[in-house]
Amino acid sequence: MAALPSRRDVLRGAGLLAAAGAVGGSLSGCAEQLQSGFTGTAPSADVLTYWNLLGGGDGVRMQEMEGVYRKQRPDVDLRAVTLTWGNPYYTKLSLATLGAQPPDVAISHLTRVPTLVAAGLLQPFEPEDLARHGMSKDKFVQRAIERATIDGKIYAIPLDTHPFVMFYNTKICKQAGLLADDGSLKPIDSEDALVEALHKAKEVTKSWGGAVASVADVATPWRFFFSLYGQLGGKLLMGTSPDEILEPDKAVRAAKLMRRLTVDEKVMPPNIDYGGAIAQFANGRSGFFFQGEWEISTFKDAKMPFSMTRFPNLMGGTYAVQADSHTFVLPSKEAYERPRLDLVLDFVRSMLDQGMTWAEGGHVPSWLPVQQSEKYRELKPQSNYVGAAESAVYDPPAWYSGSGSNFEMVAGSALGGVLSGRTQPEAAIHQIQVGISKMARTPAPV
Amino acid sequence: MGTSTVAPETAADSGAGQRRQGRPVLAGLAFLAPFLVLYALFLIGPSAYGLVMSFFNTSLVKGGLGSFAGLSNYAAAFGDPQFWASLWHTVWFTILTTPPLVVLALVFALLADRARKGRWFFRLAFFAPYVLPSAVVALIWNWVYTPDLGLLSDVVTRLGMTPPVWLGDPNWAMISVALTTVWWTLGFNFVLYLAGLQDIPRELYEAASIDGATPWQQITRITVPLLGRTTTLVAVLQVIASLKIFDQIYLMTSGGPDFATRPTIQYIYDVGFTDYRVGYGSAVSMLLFVLILVVSLVWFALVRRQERDA
Repeated sequence: MAALPSRRDVLRGAGLLAAAGAVGGSLSGCAEQLQSGFTGTAPSADVLTYWNLLGGGDGVRMQEMEGVYRKQRPDVDLRAVTLTWGNPYYTKLSLATLGAQPPDVAISHLTRVPTLVAAGLLQPFEPEDLARHGMSKDKFVQRAIERATIDGKIYAIPLDTHPFVMFYNTKICKQAGLLADDGSLKPIDSEDALVEALHKAKEVTKSWGGAVASVADVATPWRFFFSLYGQLGGKLLMGTSPDEILEPDKAVRAAKLMRRLTVDEKVMPPNIDYGGAIAQFANGRSGFFFQGEWEISTFKDAKMPFSMTRFPNLMGGTYAVQADSHTFVLPSKEAYERPRLDLVLDFVRSMLDQGMTWAEGGHVPSWLPVQQSEKYRELKPQSNYVGAAESAVYDPPAWYSGSGSNFEMVAGSALGGVLSGRTQPEAAIHQIQVGISKMARTPAPV
Repeated sequence: MGTSTVAPETAADSGAGQRRQGRPVLAGLAFLAPFLVLYALFLIGPSAYGLVMSFFNTSLVKGGLGSFAGLSNYAAAFGDPQFWASLWHTVWFTILTTPPLVVLALVFALLADRARKGRWFFRLAFFAPYVLPSAVVALIWNWVYTPDLGLLSDVVTRLGMTPPVWLGDPNWAMISVALTTVWWTLGFNFVLYLAGLQDIPRELYEAASIDGATPWQQITRITVPLLGRTTTLVAVLQVIASLKIFDQIYLMTSGGPDFATRPTIQYIYDVGFTDYRVGYGSAVSMLLFVLILVVSLVWFALVRRQERDA
């Protein structure tokens, strides 16, 4: 029994261990963060942490831009972290901010900003701070910066607008007689015109006219639908009861066109996932492809003859197209100290100025000095759809809405069913009304 | 792991009377203290807090418990088709995984036990996947399941059939995840069965062979009945493990396509963390807890009966 340590020994041992941990912690750089986490002190001034959700071609380009920034500011230790897109990203960002360990600056979709603001997780950008770095409100795409302004305060700096667009295979379209003499696509301006164009392309490809993801992807059917619904002037979330979620007549009309393309006319494959739709277009098995403009990198890499243009105005109303924007936000429960804020704003400005690099990935720059430059105007096919930025319809603000949110999951699942032919348009719209009304009636947690 | 759960009962029967006399209770408690403290701190405390939260509209992003909700969180859970769907997905996954994980583990353990040479190899081969982290397993199997290009699609195509979109088809996604899980976790049950097999006295087989029993008769009349307790243990541990499914589904399908594979734990994660509704999330957690508790009680009842019969 004598060998057993006394209580005092145990306590002393524990104290020594803790002390050793603290000393060890101050020695290595990695543990510095750990220490600041425990003690609540701010990390050293030259560290800039930056979180984003940019994968694929976007991720590559963002790293390129970060590289340029690192050269501009060798004194700053930029720590960029890329996390999984969608809900996982916003969940991590929220939890990190609640845990008082957020990054200095983060990317957020514009449609997610209202919820983050309501949850008290973001700091606003004061106009005088922005002005100090040459970023005044009038130098941004108005549609985007207005959406970023909540209760008169700017909570997000938009880097781009990324609309839903139409890709087309120039070789197939030429054979199908869909190109004008100057090589551009002849206008498609109605439902029937689209169906006809897709039929013609189908005759050339012998498989499909166009392709859009419908299986295992909720965002794409939603983007497709919301572009059509927006062109009909349809409103969303006018109240919380099922009748007020959307306007059923317009919604059913939009959904019927989606079903017509896959089920009735059979010009688009009914059951195809995101990657599959890309493969169809990249392999020349379809003449058209509908998706966000970011997929431009994929087809450039595939070295195929393609071009892209704005998603056509099919419903006859005022032109509208679903879009979102990548924005920079300040995730914090506490106001920023001036040096840290300046570090962030300087970084953001550097990213905005590198808008040409970003635009190569398809995105429409929100920073007007880049968007209105000669260089951008010459960037083809990207500048073909620049107007989409000011015609963008964004997901409606609600605590459950935004890019990759529950709203998109409920609506996109139902609409994916329409494209796949599993669900009738009326039933799908009803499903959306009931599903979203349920979320709308839940007391907001923010 | 399993045997220790059962052992205290038999020990208690034999020596409980003597032990209670004269033994300082304090010393016993002192030995238990580290465990009790951790248990209270990290299990009892949070669980109790969770139970309290389930009666409030607690928000993740606001301080405090929020407004009192009474039983409305529970009512909301019962009235939410997504909750029922997630519960069904959890149960469906359990149905898909438990029988193969019990039966195959037994079959492979019998085969590995009979192998004269290289027994270590079979043990290693079956147990190896179990030590892999779920992220690695998900990565490997996402490659295997890649439409068109993946290993499995290739095999199925060579057999002259059209492969489904393994993880993209709502009807196939759960089956695909279950298949992955069987491959991954079979090793654990396999080892439990091997241990069980070693507990069966060799003399029984010798006596049986002298009496002219065929190997098949030996398996069905001696091995399987004598493995009864192991089977109960394996089956119930498996059911509980399957009911707690989360990681491989989250990594492989994120609960999709169209929520077709979202299990209850992911539903709790989604509503609690993503939607900031921790009060509601706690209520759903409590419901899942009750479900698992009921399964565990059934196990206790079964074990008790086996003890009595034995």
